[in-house]
Amino acid sequence: MTGSAESFAAWEDRIRGIERADPDADTTAALLRIAESVLEAWFEARGETPTESKREGFRLLALHRQGAKGDPSFNACRETCRELIYRHNVAALDARATAAAGSARMAARLALHLCLFVPFRRRQDVGCGAG
Amino acid sequence: MSADAEKSYDRVAYYPGCALEGTGHAYNRSTKALAQALGLQLDELNNWNCCGAMEVKNIDPELQTYLSARNLSLAGDMNHDVVMAPCNGCYHNLKKAEYDLANNEQSRKTVADLSAKAGHAAYQPGQVETIHALDWLKRTLGEDGIKARVKNFLKGLRIANYYGCMYTRPRHIFPEKDAGTGSESTLRPHFMDDLLAAAGAENVDYPLKTACCGGAHTLSDSDTSTKLVLNLLETAEACGAEVIATECPTCHSGLELHQVRAEKTLGRKTSVKVLYFTQLLGLALGVSPRKLGIHENVSDSRALIREKGLT
Repeated sequence: MTGSAESFAAWEDRIRGIERADPDADTTAALLRIAESVLEAWFEARGETPTESKREGFRLLALHRQGAKGDPSFNACRETCRELIYRHNVAALDARATAAAGSARMAARLALHLCLFVPFRRRQDVGCGAG
Repeated sequence: MSADAEKSYDRVAYYPGCALEGTGHAYNRSTKALAQALGLQLDELNNWNCCGAMEVKNIDPELQTYLSARNLSLAGDMNHDVVMAPCNGCYHNLKKAEYDLANNEQSRKTVADLSAKAGHAAYQPGQVETIHALDWLKRTLGEDGIKARVKNFLKGLRIANYYGCMYTRPRHIFPEKDAGTGSESTLRPHFMDDLLAAAGAENVDYPLKTACCGGAHTLSDSDTSTKLVLNLLETAEACGAEVIATECPTCHSGLELHQVRAEKTLGRKTSVKVLYFTQLLGLALGVSPRKLGIHENVSDSRALIREKGLT
């Protein structure tokens, strides 16, 4: 995982593809994995090793916590991560329910926001075009 | 400082901040019009200064603490123990100054030194409570008070409530939030939802209510800000919202301006309207759109307002 701009663009395309394909409960797991990759890229760009541990049963939350340690403003994406997991849980609870499809679509939106926000933070972090 | 059941919030000190005299003028106007319609008194701080916003904070956080503390001391000078700040940035900075002064010896020393140099008494933590416009309306009238005064029910207007990322974080500077029944939640804020539902609105389940709009870097990285805002707008529409309600002038102008920019640069048009929650509540209370500054918004919601019979 290089975390290059190309990767972020590729993840963005994948998320949009998932959303266009009318996501269901199975796709939220893929969205979670993309979200984890996005945060992994953040650490790798900073020369840090992304944690493999889980928090409340989810690696995404452990990764977010790692990012927010010493950088409280990273918490601007805390609720996005938690909401993504919530939508994943709702979709997984009953894959046949109408709510599952709606939750999966919202999960795609949340994953997309994370995918846009993290490289945005990264450019600020390295001082490229950021105030 | 937590909400005090014995304290009256009917008359409070008012800190509009710089944005409400510029791009957020309609928020200032609608907040004052709402206060007048509800019989609440806002005493604007005499000779207030910038809270330090993001610019000063990034360069010298201690100076930012002083700038915010000076505004708090002005409220004390006017014999107020509550100051209401409608802007998320100002609200955040005043709360942060309060926290820093209560917990950081260096902050206390800097504020004491700069206050002495400026010729006024240093603000002491605990003297003044900072509240947001949402707290102000929840504590004065609450949902029942709003319901009792509504003249134009918002008639099922579908709203996505957008709080932005500064209203709830960092959590440690908002000890009154996540404090049990009736308090605001940092994970899923609901005060704006509660007030607008009381006025008849239908709140949609909006998953990005606290997501970043990219406002702090709207000039330095406009393209990403546009994409972040576009996702906020398209998601609101996917949730069935006709309107995004805002409570921060930076978020509000970012949503409006990047909505235009997304259409121009990305060819992606969204039609969801952007209105301050104070404008929506004002409409529900029968205040004229003009008095609420709705014509000042870049997002033109006048046709929707007429269609819904809210004038």
